[in-house]
Amino acid sequence: MSVKTLEIDGKMVTGMAGETIFSVAWEHGIHIPRLCHIGGISDVGACRLCMVEVEGQRKLQAACLTQIEEGMVVRTDTPRLKAHRKLIVELLMAERNHICAVCVANGACELQELARSMGIDHVRLRYRFPVFPVDTSNERFGMDHNRCVLCTRCVRVCDEVEGAHTWDVFGRGAGSRIISDLGEPWGASESCTGCGKCVQVCPTGALFDKGKTVAEMRKDRGFLKYIVTAREKKQWIG
Amino acid sequence: MPERIVIQPVTRIEGHAKISIYLDDDGAVSSAQFHVTEFRGFEKLCEGRPFHEMPGLMSRVCGICPVSHILASSKACDNLLGVEVPRTAVQQRRMVNLAQLVQSHALSFFHLSAPDLLLGMDAPPEKRNVFGLVERDAEFARRGIRLRQFGQRIIELVGGKRIHPSWGAPGGVLRAIGEAERDEIRGWIPEALESAEIAIGRLKGVLDSMAIEIEHLGNFPTLFLGLVSPEGGLEYYDGVIRIVDGEGNAVAEGLDPQRYLTYLGEASEEWSFMKFPYYKPLGYPGGKYRVGPLARMNVARFAGTPRADREMHEFKQRSQGAVCESFHYHLARLIEILHAIERIEEITQDPDLLGSNIRARAGQNRNEGIGCSEAPRGTLFHHYQVDDNGLVRSANLLIATSQNNLAMNLAVEQAARYFVSGRSLQEGMLNRVEAAIRCFDPCLSCSTHALGQMPLVVELRDAGGALLDRARRG
Repeated sequence: MSVKTLEIDGKMVTGMAGETIFSVAWEHGIHIPRLCHIGGISDVGACRLCMVEVEGQRKLQAACLTQIEEGMVVRTDTPRLKAHRKLIVELLMAERNHICAVCVANGACELQELARSMGIDHVRLRYRFPVFPVDTSNERFGMDHNRCVLCTRCVRVCDEVEGAHTWDVFGRGAGSRIISDLGEPWGASESCTGCGKCVQVCPTGALFDKGKTVAEMRKDRGFLKYIVTAREKKQWIG
Repeated sequence: MPERIVIQPVTRIEGHAKISIYLDDDGAVSSAQFHVTEFRGFEKLCEGRPFHEMPGLMSRVCGICPVSHILASSKACDNLLGVEVPRTAVQQRRMVNLAQLVQSHALSFFHLSAPDLLLGMDAPPEKRNVFGLVERDAEFARRGIRLRQFGQRIIELVGGKRIHPSWGAPGGVLRAIGEAERDEIRGWIPEALESAEIAIGRLKGVLDSMAIEIEHLGNFPTLFLGLVSPEGGLEYYDGVIRIVDGEGNAVAEGLDPQRYLTYLGEASEEWSFMKFPYYKPLGYPGGKYRVGPLARMNVARFAGTPRADREMHEFKQRSQGAVCESFHYHLARLIEILHAIERIEEITQDPDLLGSNIRARAGQNRNEGIGCSEAPRGTLFHHYQVDDNGLVRSANLLIATSQNNLAMNLAVEQAARYFVSGRSLQEGMLNRVEAAIRCFDPCLSCSTHALGQMPLVVELRDAGGALLDRARRG
């Protein structure tokens, strides 16, 4: 496989052909914000937070889906990109009911951390305050659609790693919702193996261990790298 | 022509309220009402939430007494699990509850009421505040602020944060504490005890000069309700309900807080967002009762700690039966601070405080849970009904301040009748009407399960409701 050299934020970096801008940037210590990407499962470019500017291209590109090319000049942190990202996070905040103070994932939430890192201390948009249900029919886990950002990490990890494909996306636009099986309560799902991988990869408090109280939920995502490495390389190391 | 004087907002209390004083044709006070003008609806917004989140959610009812709500909520959730909470968690909960009582009472006394008591009811309003107190006696004010800090620091050391700690949980608590935290708490005790005793001495020293206020700021017989230990002593975390009347006679003994609905009712009036609880056997409004420091002094036979017992014994001598003067809420509050500090010291001597078994685990075993504890302002009930998946169907909160609602209205009317003359509105006169409210240290954000801070306006209206005059401050 050939090696490609490109410039990211003024820094000359190299990567293997087929790698994405996102992964090469992270390998070189350039941390592009993201919400739907998580190492070990496929990328879908759903959150649009990793958008970057590529010289010579008019449109912004999702770094998690764009492969590197020889001589590429990429910028990841311009004022324009910052403004876009800030707006995306505010839109997410306004779209559902993200009340950090009373959330199980308070202090361990990727959305909260993004907002904090971008200095978002208020949202300029009007909150929609939609009414979404909480599904606690599963014996061990709960799903609170109020806190879901539709990143689909749960859908992908369930399909690609666990092989169950319990989760999928229902509906369109802001009315989209994650469903189990064909819309049954999670507790009635026949395909769910109860492995809990979806809970661990969920960036917010949308998927949680039942019985966790406010700010008690902590997620462990180390398992994903372990399983993927074991599967692909037959190496059982974390 | 009959007129109406409105005090809005009421100052130096916690929340938003106004007072209406109605005058008859001769300018004499005919009646008065205490209106709570804020609305929050916590009972509604927790519907559909998993019950495990309730302690953290309910904590947000109030920034002054979040611990009280965390505790009553956690206890209701313990009930839903059907578990026995480990002793370490119980001792932590007891200690933090007492710390909360100290900080809240210190706020009420030093920051909100001491300016009236030590600078005088007629002192200029711009001086009659905690800064005026600092100017007059910096050392005394410093002690008050430090006493509050002592309470807040314990909440921080044990709960992780001073306000809204993520610490209480169904079945126990989330954090174990170590020797370092315990030792720091112990280090505070001597100064805290000394400050509490100094404050008690100072207040007792001015009581003689306040004889008229004591007589007219809410002095009437009512029932008194509070938790007591099985032996009849002061109790803040567990125990049974005892009710005494104005003569000090027991009306009910050993009532189970779990059955509160059988003996406590809640009425509503269209002119206030705060409900009007009453003792059912005596009906509404005849079954009016008071809760909080004064009620606890009246329902408990003893404190159970040496210094507080001495003060409580003397306190009880102030009346033949129960102490009915609402003004003595202040002294009762200070005696409770003293008692709480002594109890906190006792708890720090319990080796079980430092255990690591802090939470009983179980699934949901019941569909209904009730939690009751003594908050700084009185007895607090949280009552949840949940479905089989653990989602809250309905919640009912019975808040200390609202249980004092009938008595507060009566106190406002009594104070207005004595101190207010519609022909010449004077600031000091209205301050006394407000002071009647401050005796109760009402927390209106809690009582409407509702938010805020409290400023005061007085309006003078004729019988037709037309505004004649208006005074505003805050």
